[in-house]
Amino acid sequence: MLDFRPDEEQKMLTETISRYTRERVRKVYRDAEEDGEIPAALVRAGWEIGLLPTALPEEYGGFGDYSAVTGALALEEFAWGDLAVTLYVMTPNLVAIPVLLCGTEEQKASYLPRFCDEAPPRVTAALTEPAVQFSPYKLKTTAVRDGDEYVLNGSKTFVPLADNAEMILVYANEDGITQAFIVPTDAEGVVVGDRNKLMGIRSLPANLVTLNNVHVPASSKVGGETGIDFSLILNHSRVALGAAAVGMARAGFEYARDYAKERVQFGEPIAHRQSIAFMLADMATEVDEARLLVWETAWMLDQGQDVTREATIMKQQVDRMVMQVADRAVQILGGYGYIREYPVELWLRNARGFATFDGLAMI
Amino acid sequence: MISFEIPPFIQNQLQMIRMVAEQAMRPYSRELDENEHERPQAFVQMTWPFTQQMVKSSLKPLMAQANGNGSNGSNGSAKPKREGPDFNMLSFIMMIEQLSWGDAGQYLCLPHPMLGGAAVDSAGTPEQRVRFLKKFTEGDPKWGAMAITEPGAGSDNSAMRTTAVLDSDTNEWVLNGEKVFITNGALALKESDGLCVVWATVDPSAGRAGIKSFVVEGNTPGVTIAKQEHKLGIRASDTVALHFDNARIPYENMLGEHSPQPTESRKGFQGAMKTFDASRPAVAASAIGIARAALEFTKDKLAEEDIVIDYTKSLHELTAVERDVIEMEARYKGAWLLTLRATAHMAHGESNRLEASMCKYRAGDAVTWITQKSVELLGPKGYTREWLVEKWMRDAKINDIYEGTKQINQLIVARSILGYSRRELK
Repeated sequence: MLDFRPDEEQKMLTETISRYTRERVRKVYRDAEEDGEIPAALVRAGWEIGLLPTALPEEYGGFGDYSAVTGALALEEFAWGDLAVTLYVMTPNLVAIPVLLCGTEEQKASYLPRFCDEAPPRVTAALTEPAVQFSPYKLKTTAVRDGDEYVLNGSKTFVPLADNAEMILVYANEDGITQAFIVPTDAEGVVVGDRNKLMGIRSLPANLVTLNNVHVPASSKVGGETGIDFSLILNHSRVALGAAAVGMARAGFEYARDYAKERVQFGEPIAHRQSIAFMLADMATEVDEARLLVWETAWMLDQGQDVTREATIMKQQVDRMVMQVADRAVQILGGYGYIREYPVELWLRNARGFATFDGLAMI
Repeated sequence: MISFEIPPFIQNQLQMIRMVAEQAMRPYSRELDENEHERPQAFVQMTWPFTQQMVKSSLKPLMAQANGNGSNGSNGSAKPKREGPDFNMLSFIMMIEQLSWGDAGQYLCLPHPMLGGAAVDSAGTPEQRVRFLKKFTEGDPKWGAMAITEPGAGSDNSAMRTTAVLDSDTNEWVLNGEKVFITNGALALKESDGLCVVWATVDPSAGRAGIKSFVVEGNTPGVTIAKQEHKLGIRASDTVALHFDNARIPYENMLGEHSPQPTESRKGFQGAMKTFDASRPAVAASAIGIARAALEFTKDKLAEEDIVIDYTKSLHELTAVERDVIEMEARYKGAWLLTLRATAHMAHGESNRLEASMCKYRAGDAVTWITQKSVELLGPKGYTREWLVEKWMRDAKINDIYEGTKQINQLIVARSILGYSRRELK
């Protein structure tokens, strides 16, 4: 019955993640952003928390129960540390979760156990396309059936860790419907292009990927002949990104709050002024509200309900919220907010990305 | 464990309340708005039996305790222990939402202890709760009201000037002063044998510490209606100014343990504040009910114009109107979830002061914006009194104001998240 308190297991999980973000991620994320590179040890430590294996069923080597609500709690905590590190560590999810949700029995048996290994498989997914008017439901990348094969053509962008991937889950338009195909990167016609030069999440390597007449066996289509329920996959992604946005916004709020209590002007902390304090009250309220929208959508997913409407409403609200909270955090820090020594400008740059991040995280 | 499941008994109850809203409220909405100060008879008749049942079941554990454990002596303010969560408040909150969907002005005329009851529950002893609330389980319809605000004491209610002086000869409190903006003041004190909880000071020099709450019952001599307000919206609701001129009430009508010494504690004032922990989610729920009414109506009318939201469209494909509707839905839903959280915390025995203020100000803000948007999106038709949206827009605005303005609730939230006192953050 109605309750907004995480249970003991969930609390233990978020505490574990919180220790990782506080003691590890927050020590290096700023340098990582400047260098455009995340230390391998940090990624390994993040993977070792074991988030994905705990979400996979025992029959595939996992040791847990899938719960979108638990995933949302974990993602928020992760992204509080750093968004790019979160997306990096979670990249294997981009393949594991769609296969878990929509794969055939053979596909699940063949792929899922690999995600329970000590080191994650080198896989990624490609949904976004380099266009102003991008819609995940109307992809320009095409998949055409040709006998026992599919032929893929098109351009993808924001493909995380593509440079190092053995396999890419490529979303493509088959007769007006978005489907997913498992494509080995060494297949003929797959070109991993330049690394994306992005406004934010700069420590996450992501690339352009081109597909020129790439032939894959018909069995590479996720879900077999019937294919995938793309809305379901996209909704899971939106919950993941929503939770990440909440985590990052919370980081911005907390930083601005602590700063406002320490920064003294006219003889007292600026937080003593309503103009600052009310901004913080709004930030806290909007972060909480967004979190509840994410949780409700996640909970409905766990109940097996179609949340296409809820996920869309939630996504738009969360995208607005994270932008606004990050912007206010910069504003509260004033001139220092604009300086790269302080983290808030990074959060402002990252925040704008959520409007275009569909498919970049998955729980 | 995180769950959004509403207990089945509440879901069943809501179906019945929806019927009340459709049959006894909506058909009279326009008429009661045009004829201010007329009473919603159909609604009152239909809901009074519900109230009696509800109050009966909430008093049951108290009365059982009074009968069964009477020999333990007067065990003061000890509340009966419960097993598991108490979803009575949630059921009330959801009822308010559904009734306000019907008509927010009429909902406020619910024959029910309302805010007065909330004050008795949070500041009164078990004996007082039974004594004062029992009347809501029998006889003719009755109303409860609460009087805090004064002409010179709004959000700063510690500045109140109404006095309560003990007449030791008769062992009575003598009340003098003026209270304004009292919802159901006339219904509670003049048109029924109801009650009004009046906040007054027993020592004006003691500030907050001197403030206590007193139950004034219907038809008490010395209480007069000074004014019936004419309002922007919620015109079916009874809003009056009360004048107390040597109004005498029994000593036992002071809520809480009987210690009239002003300096002993700030309990009296804290009682008022505690009432807000329950009443602010209630106001938020009422706001949400109006928001849902406007949103549903707007979507229906747009659908008649073939404007139906496709939630799989990308941002580029949505029209400005469609984007507005999605934002309205988001703001509605977000504020409702904040309200449910404040209520659920209460059900699970957790403190909810911060959450109560958050949901109140966010819901007031949301419903004000949503209803204004609704009128806008429905064009010239939306502006006519032929439809109810313009009324809902007028009704909505009160939620930004009463039970603490948006700004006073922002201030409470700000102090809470910053860990500041009233002195540090004015």
